[in-house]
This record gives sequence, C-alpha cells and structure tokens, in this order.
Amino acid sequence: MINLPIFPIVIPALAAIFLLFAPKQVRLQRGVALGALLVTFAVTVLLIFTVSQDGIMTVNLGNWPAPFGITLVSDMLSALLVATSTLLVFFIVWFATYYFSDAYESNYVYVAMLFLLVGVNGAFTTGDIFNLFVFFEVFLISSYVLIVLGGKGVQLRESIKYLLVNVIASALFVMAVALLYGTVGTLSLADLAQKIPLVENQSVITVIGVFFVIVFGLKGALVPLHYWLPGSYVVAPTPILAMFGALLTKVGVYSILRTYTLLFDGGSAFMQNFLIILAVLTIVIGMTGAIAYNDVKLIIIYNIMIAVGVILYGIALNTQTSLEGALYYLIHDMLIKAALFMLVGMMIGITKSGQLRDMGGLITRFPLFGWTFFIAALSLAGIPPLSGFFGKLLIVQGGVGEGSLFGPLLILLSSLFVLFSVIKIFLYGFWGEEKRVYDGPLVPYMNRLIVPTFLLVAVAVAYGFGAEAMHPFITQAIEPLVQPEIYIDAVIKE
Amino acid sequence: MEIFVSIIIGVLTMSAVYMILSKSLLRIIIGTGLLSHAAHLLVLTMGGLKTGAAPVLVDGVTEYTDPLPQALVLTAIVISFGVTAFFLVLAYRAYQELNTDNIEEMKGTESND
Amino acid sequence: MNRKNDQVNDVILQTAAVIIFFIIIVFSINLFFAGHYSPGGGFIGGLMTAAALVLLLLAFDSKTLAAVLPFDYRKMTALGLVIAMLTSLHSIFWGRPFLTHAYDKFDLPLLGEQTLHTAIAFDLGVYLVVIGVTMTIIQTIGESE
Repeated sequence: MINLPIFPIVIPALAAIFLLFAPKQVRLQRGVALGALLVTFAVTVLLIFTVSQDGIMTVNLGNWPAPFGITLVSDMLSALLVATSTLLVFFIVWFATYYFSDAYESNYVYVAMLFLLVGVNGAFTTGDIFNLFVFFEVFLISSYVLIVLGGKGVQLRESIKYLLVNVIASALFVMAVALLYGTVGTLSLADLAQKIPLVENQSVITVIGVFFVIVFGLKGALVPLHYWLPGSYVVAPTPILAMFGALLTKVGVYSILRTYTLLFDGGSAFMQNFLIILAVLTIVIGMTGAIAYNDVKLIIIYNIMIAVGVILYGIALNTQTSLEGALYYLIHDMLIKAALFMLVGMMIGITKSGQLRDMGGLITRFPLFGWTFFIAALSLAGIPPLSGFFGKLLIVQGGVGEGSLFGPLLILLSSLFVLFSVIKIFLYGFWGEEKRVYDGPLVPYMNRLIVPTFLLVAVAVAYGFGAEAMHPFITQAIEPLVQPEIYIDAVIKE
Repeated sequence: MEIFVSIIIGVLTMSAVYMILSKSLLRIIIGTGLLSHAAHLLVLTMGGLKTGAAPVLVDGVTEYTDPLPQALVLTAIVISFGVTAFFLVLAYRAYQELNTDNIEEMKGTESND
Repeated sequence: MNRKNDQVNDVILQTAAVIIFFIIIVFSINLFFAGHYSPGGGFIGGLMTAAALVLLLLAFDSKTLAAVLPFDYRKMTALGLVIAMLTSLHSIFWGRPFLTHAYDKFDLPLLGEQTLHTAIAFDLGVYLVVIGVTMTIIQTIGESE
C-alpha cells in the first residue's frame, strides 16, 4: 500500500465526519470513535513495521512530484509519534465516555477530539512547512471547540486568552513561512534542507529560524512564551486537559525538533545557544511553579514545562545520544502526562476540590487508584527502571559528552523537583486521614474510570521495561535527524 | 511596488499591535484581523509582485504570475476567516456570560472560581 | 414570500432581495463551474451563495428563511466533507496517491464533447462546506438576539 501514511489522518477524519450526522446519539458516538481509534492504532502499528523494514515512506499528494507538491513523509520518528498519539487519544476517549455527561457528549465533543487527532497526526506526518501550518490550524480549531464546550464563565474568559495567543502565533507562522519562501523559494522540508545551505546571507536564515522558534515555542510553552498555559489549561475538563497537555505542547516541541535538525542547525552556533537558554529557563520556571502551587492540576501543568525544557535541551545539543534521549523522553512524557492528568482529574472528581488541603486518605477507599498514581508519579520523576529514566539518562549523557555540566546537573535537579511535587500530591492526597466524606460526582464511576487510566500507566511502565526492545526503533527514528541526507533522498527521488 | 506594499504591511502590523493592546475585546478581534491581513500581504509580496496572466493553462501566454503564494494566501485567508468568525461568536458569548467586554476585568487565574 | 411583518417598513429591501437573491445564486453557480478552467471555484461560489442567503436573512428573518429553505446547515457541512473526502479517497483504490484526480473526455447530449473531471466533485464538497459553515456561524450569532 503506497498510501499507508495517510490512513492515520484519513480514518479519524472519516469517523469524525460520520459522527457529524448524528450528534445526539451518544452511544453511536462513543462506539464509532473508539472503533475508529482502534483501527487507526492498528494501522499505525503496521506503519511502524513497514517503515522499519522498507525505510521512509512518502506519499506525493495528488501525484505531484516531490518538491512541487505536498509530500507526506512517514519516517520512524513520525510513525512512532503518530502511533503514540493515536493510542493516547484512544485511552482518553475511553476515559471520557465515563467522565462526561450525556448532554455534554452530544455537543460534538468526540468529533472535535477526532479532528484534533487528525491535525496532530497530520502535523507529525507532513513534509511541507505550509501544510504543517494547515494541520496546526486543524488541531487548533478543534482545541478551540473543546476548550469552549460547556461554556462556563471562567472557561470562556480563559479560552479568549488561549484563542488570542494562538491567533497571533498563527499570523506569525504565516509570516515566517512567507519569509522562508521569499528567501529560499520552496516550501518542501526536504527541498529546503537542500537549498538553505546555498543561501548566501545565512543571517537571514537565522532570523527566520528564530521566527519559527517563537511560533513553535508559543505552542510548546517555552519561557517566556508560556504565560497562557497554566490559566487556559486549568479550566478545561479533565479528558480535554489530558489531551492538550499530552499532545499539543508536544507538537510544538516536535516541530522545533524537525525544523531545527533539518533546516536551522547549520551556520552559526547562535541557534544552539538560543535553544539551550530557552530550555534552561523553561526548566527553571517549570520547577518553580511545580513546587509553588497546591492545586493538583497546576502542579502537573507546570510539570509539562519541565518536560518540554528537558526535551528541548536534548534537541538543542543535537547529537545522536541526546536526540535519542529527547525522543525517548518525548514519547514517555506523552504517555505519562495523559495518565497523570486523568488521575488528578479523578481526585478532583472525588473530592470536589483541586486544592491539596481539602484532600487526604484517598488510598484507604481506592487502593488501586492510589497505587496507580504512585507508579505514575515515580515514572514521571524518572526512577529506574520506569520509563522516564532512560530518556533523561541519554540526555544527560549527551550533555556531558558535549562538555557541558550545568545543563545535565539542572536536569538531574529538576528530577528531584518533579519527584517532590508529585510525591507531595501522593502524601497529602492519598495518605493520611479522610478530611470528610467524599461525595464528588465521579465516586460512582471510579471502578470504570480506573480501567483506561490503569491500562495507560501499564503501557507507560511497559515502555520503560521494554526500553531495550524499543532501542532499534528509536535509533532508526534519529538517523534522518542526524543525517538529513537520508530524509532528503527519501523524499526527492532522482 | 514591493517597497510600497512593504510599507503597507508595516502600517497594518503597527495598527494591529495597537488594537490588540487595547482593552476592548472587539478592538482586539479587529486587531487580529489586521494582523492576519498583514501576514497575507506578506505572503503575496514575498513571491514577488509580477505582472502576468492568471496562472491557468491557456495557449499563447508565457508570462504567468507565481501561483504558489496565491494558493497559500487563499488557504490562510480561509483559515483566518473561520477563526475570526469563531472568535467573534466566542466574544459575544463571553460578553453575555461575563457582562463585560473589557479585558481588564477578565483577569484572574484562580482555578476554582 | 411572507410580508406580514408590518412594523418594519422595508418593502423595497424585501422586494429587491427576492429578485437579487436569484441573480446572485445564478452568478454563484456560474462561478462554481467557471472554476474548472479559469478563476472561480467551489470556495467563492459557496461564499457567494451564502451571501445570497444572508441577504434573505437580512431582508426577512431567520424563521422565514428556515421555512423557505429548510436545510440543516451542519448536516450540509458534513455532507460536503463526505463528498470531498470520498473524491480524494477514490484514487487509493486504483493504487495512486491520495487526492489524485481522474479526468476524461465524454460526448454529452446537447453539450458536445466535454471533459469530466473528478475535481468538480471535490469542488462540490467545498461548495457545500462553505455554505454550511458560513450559515452555521451567522445563525449562531443571529439566533440569540
């Protein structure tokens, strides 16, 4: 099948379009969404194995030859990320079927979730920078719909800010694409990678590179472009928050990874230093926020920033080891952040409060819930042999290998802060005495909600224990990043 | 001609920033509209403002304008049209719910209010 | 047409709107088919049709429009997406890349030899989506007033 790379984009889109016809039939919505996601996941697994055997797969949309038309490129990196996000959305939708009320579900919520996956998978797969913008808009518009749904005052207030930030980022994206087209005269990533070294005035390329870092940094919540993140994420309902936290910031990071390694790493050392400074600042601000707040959602939200900073540090070093670490950590973080958001959402649903002082003693009533959270927390902090460990180890190794000590030490220090912040949730939330009789709206559904959450944590743990088995795939994913010629040759066939 | 359009893009961006920094929600939305206009004009200009026939295959015409910026700009216009419409609806709903269109009164990051 | 709304004196607008509506519709269909070989196409055709509908909406009110043209615009959007999606997908079954179009010359009655192109089906999808989305937005803002 030469069209295999488009199926992870087309199947969710077809399911979403089908569901547009029957918004009120909630059972149908759930069934079709879950079924479509399972099929998509099966296709992505097939895609991973096809790519691992036959190398990079490309689809020239509309049969236009490579540098002129839009090319979709499935290398191992995008195949792995597409598979991870599809699996995540499957678990989140499963969680959402128990979490949301029927009235809420009939507001096109699954349609928006599926379209969000379409955008995310498209952004991971596309090999054209303007097409990347289009897929960004697809998932952004879906995220606008998801964040507004429900329409409470505070939600509307925060979504205005979210929308404004992203509209401005989109305008900047178009401008950056325009400047790139004006300078290089092409928009295909592979063709750009070929032609950018030939541009005489390399400082223009650096300026455009900074432009793109600003655009993707706004999506990925890099300091100082992170101000919108805590406020707008905290008002979203749990499944939607899990989706945003696990997928949207990671798409920003992925875009930096792809454009930086392919297009903007030549010339001066400026870009590298710039990214390292951003990464360090993001880690520091994330650490501060993670220990400063007592609101469980906010603690995990600031943990997103730490993770983004760590991954960005690995990307900025741009060596084989550090990139492997960054990719390893990226997939780990997508899995475990979604699980943690689901877990803290359940805590809030039981106790009717997001504050740690109102919680306590949850583990006596819900032991499985408590221990699931404990394992997820340890995994997030990177306790070996859980999944966070290997990624951080490789990034730290990469940093030391480059002769830098400050970055690796900061990453190790950030692990302590992460551990402190999540164990704080565990100690105050699950340990101790019950503060009062918990009668939150989710209490009757706990037995069902725990199933997808537990399975997701299990997947993350298996990912950690299976690190050796994953290693060949990760190495293959990193190859085109270290040697862009592989990517270029695969897309532009002579 | 490119210089002239560049100045227009600058003026548009300047007005957009001014509008976005004001307090009224409606002005902010107009500002985002102006900003995307500036971006679209930039796309058109970066392709070079050539004179020539429309980029449709007709016999006997050799001078075509560059079709790619036009395709890009159409896509970008459609997207910004959709987003602006959504933004307007959202602003209207927020105005009904919060009884204000002043962004100063929409501050606050308390999660549980 | 329903002109019982006596409080508002907009006879001229209402009378003119009904006539102009048809002119715009015909022009929009012309634009839609023109897109085959010259500037035009589903997007502006759809916008033009939506503009005609909005004109009716302005001259009368949303209830009258819903009585005259009882479309569910959300379903129309979905239908348009289905048409566009299926046209893009058909090439997969012939082992060609996604979105590849097919065309051939046909001898049609009355029209003579014409080229038929699957792009027109895709454009029809775009046309329906544009009308659907525009009208949904207008109705969402308009209904609550």
